[in-house]
Amino acid sequence: MTGNRIQYRMAKQKILFGLFRSAAVLNGLALFAVVYFITSRGFSALSWEFLSQAPRDSMTKGGIFPCIIGTLCLSGGAILFALPVGVATAVYLNEYARPGKIVGFIRMAINNLAGVPSIVFGLFGLAFFCIILKMGVSILAGALTLGVMSLPVVIGSSEEALKSVPDTYREASLGLGATKWQTIFRVVIPTALPGILTGTILALSRAAGETAPIMFTGAVFFTPKLPESLMSEVMALPYHIYILATAGINIEQTRPMQYGTALVLVLLVLGMNMFAMILRYRLRRKMKP
Amino acid sequence: MKKIILVLSLICLASPAMAGKLVLKGSTTVLPIAQKATEAYMALHPDTVITLSGGGSGNGIKAIIDGTATIGNSSRFIKDKEVKQAVDQNAYPVPHRIAIDCIVPIIHKNNPVSDLSKEKLRDIYTGKITNWKDVGGPDMKIVVISRDSSSGTFDAWKELVLDGERVTPAALTQPSNGGLVTQISGTKGAIGYIALGYINTDVKVVSVDGIKGSEQTAKNGRYTISRPLFMFTAGWPEGETLDFINFILSPKGQALVKEAGSITLY
Amino acid sequence: MRRNEYLIKAFFFLTACVSVTILALIMIFLVKEGAPILSHVTLKEFLFGQYWYPTDDPVAFGIFPLIVGTVSVTLISTLVSVPLGVMTAVYIAEIATDNLAAIIKPLVELIAAIPSVVIGFFGMVVVSPFLQDTFGVPTGLNLFNASLMLAFMATPTICSVTEDAIRSVPESLKEASLALGATHLETIFKVTVPAAISGISTAIILGMSRAVGETMVVLMVAGGAAMNPHSLFDPVRPMPASIAAEMGEAAFGSEHYNALFATGVVLFLFTLGFNLFAAWIAGRYNRK
Repeated sequence: MTGNRIQYRMAKQKILFGLFRSAAVLNGLALFAVVYFITSRGFSALSWEFLSQAPRDSMTKGGIFPCIIGTLCLSGGAILFALPVGVATAVYLNEYARPGKIVGFIRMAINNLAGVPSIVFGLFGLAFFCIILKMGVSILAGALTLGVMSLPVVIGSSEEALKSVPDTYREASLGLGATKWQTIFRVVIPTALPGILTGTILALSRAAGETAPIMFTGAVFFTPKLPESLMSEVMALPYHIYILATAGINIEQTRPMQYGTALVLVLLVLGMNMFAMILRYRLRRKMKP
Repeated sequence: MKKIILVLSLICLASPAMAGKLVLKGSTTVLPIAQKATEAYMALHPDTVITLSGGGSGNGIKAIIDGTATIGNSSRFIKDKEVKQAVDQNAYPVPHRIAIDCIVPIIHKNNPVSDLSKEKLRDIYTGKITNWKDVGGPDMKIVVISRDSSSGTFDAWKELVLDGERVTPAALTQPSNGGLVTQISGTKGAIGYIALGYINTDVKVVSVDGIKGSEQTAKNGRYTISRPLFMFTAGWPEGETLDFINFILSPKGQALVKEAGSITLY
Repeated sequence: MRRNEYLIKAFFFLTACVSVTILALIMIFLVKEGAPILSHVTLKEFLFGQYWYPTDDPVAFGIFPLIVGTVSVTLISTLVSVPLGVMTAVYIAEIATDNLAAIIKPLVELIAAIPSVVIGFFGMVVVSPFLQDTFGVPTGLNLFNASLMLAFMATPTICSVTEDAIRSVPESLKEASLALGATHLETIFKVTVPAAISGISTAIILGMSRAVGETMVVLMVAGGAAMNPHSLFDPVRPMPASIAAEMGEAAFGSEHYNALFATGVVLFLFTLGFNLFAAWIAGRYNRK
């Protein structure tokens, strides 16, 4: 009797564990399906010409070079804004602030900022950067909008990196007579740098893949020449996929371009993510005694 | 502070570079023409920088009013409301007719229906008729596909076919002509409407009251769902803008209009 | 020296306030640009109006179908993403060997990294024709497709937050349960998961919040019809899709422009509500 009961319980466990495993496998399969699909269809579109030339003949031929440059400008600009502000915020929260109402309030604001929908950032960028600050549709406005959006990501990962710096480092530095600022600048930040870098790469990859915030603030349909200044409009990879797939002149004819562009974006974003993951993995191994 | 100065100086540097730069915005119907013209024009004038974005006729005219574009593409004439806005903001949009376009209803290529009257089209789009069997087709739900409200094609369709009545809320919307063709080619019960230039072999064109939309029937006025396409400029065009408009109106430019699938002016 | 240190601290404090300022600016601008719509329609007409005809004559600015669209895609995607995310998290944290977990975890993180426009594109060109062919539905761009794609995107969020919650359950609790003769499975269901329930709730809310605000997927695959769906395969027009599709054309300062910002306010309040709720649950949990 008891034996049967135990067998029943073990069988139930086996079945349910199988179910849990299939849930995990399902995730992997879905990822595989998307990546496989994009790669198999997009691979044939890839060529040196595709990567190095501007679109031609109503975007049915040529390449996506201006989109790659545009995406680099927008996401790079975003990080130029988000990195200093984000690291400084993390330093304040982790090194200076004492728990209290003000810090609680700042943290709440950061958490909520992280939850703001990307399209709302787009609206904000349009109303504030493009119209009120008169930046118009430009790299500057698009990069700032993306930068504002990336800020919580950079703050979060920088804080984590700062937290992982052992207190003994700080105490040693202070004990040697260094001021707090010197301790932070010479000891804490350099030690946390790899961690901050990892977070920055993740933020960069996220900014590179976003479409909604740049739709009204930085990206345009077609401008084959490279940007001349921060006030130029640009083409961008994610927006290029969107317009080719929905608003293109001949959607069927531009299919290879769509797959190719999607593949380049996926490779760029996943590549950055994997790079960050490897960095983080090696970091963790190093931190372990 | 340094950063702010850097940014400001870059902005100042940017201004002189604006010379020889054209910004085109607006209607997706005009887009194929504008894109072909842009490519051809840039081949002739390599120093000119041209930026082209879509977004709909409303966007094109709006951009002329706020001064964010040099040329506003539109598949409809300017509305009274927009004229008022323009006057309020001291802008004087000038229309230039660049081509003629006709809008045709399209359905899935396997659908046997080949002709619909304007009344039937109106009933389908306002949601009164929801099954193909009511218009002589098979027993199949009609999937009504319309365009986003910003589209000039939508405006023309509403005015010329629906007499200003509202499209049923159940209608799917597509942001562009191209998107609509793709969707219809893959949807058996679908009906949509597109600019003539976007037709391909994946979809079937339905004639309206017995007349099929084509270059000939649009030019001779027998097919009534057609309209002129415009490029708006802020004030009478000058310099590079004038050159560009003249280029489109030239025989070479009109050849591109034809290539892009629209109907030439002459 | 002292003075310098004080200035430096003040500088860091001010940068920390940038986030607060930005959040405040977002709210101010959304309300500033959105509020004027209330001089054209009442709040009730705006929120509960059944018709969204922003450019017609006469215009109708009722966002109720858009709200229904957002709520329905969010709920249906949650039905898929919660079991999937929580089960995967349990598997990674409790069942899989360390080596296997070290493979699955990064894979799930990579899903979160795929740009939304790529997932929208996948939904358009792969899932949509598949749904049309398999289920014979009139259009593959519909509520179901959008929900599925959103679930795919929300799963990693739910999974990683749930996993943290499960890992924070003390080993001693689990060991006690196992020592009392419970199987591994029973321990998971009766001890580990109940102990982590606040964290799991937070995970679910954050996942839903992500689905509410996601734009490109619903713009590309939801179909875009501003109506209340009657079936799983009806097209919908969630709020972010409407804003993204129409903002480009709405003239600065026009009623339509105001109406879209007001829609943005509603969307923002949705996500703000979700986030505050998640913070509240997490706070209650920490105090215990």
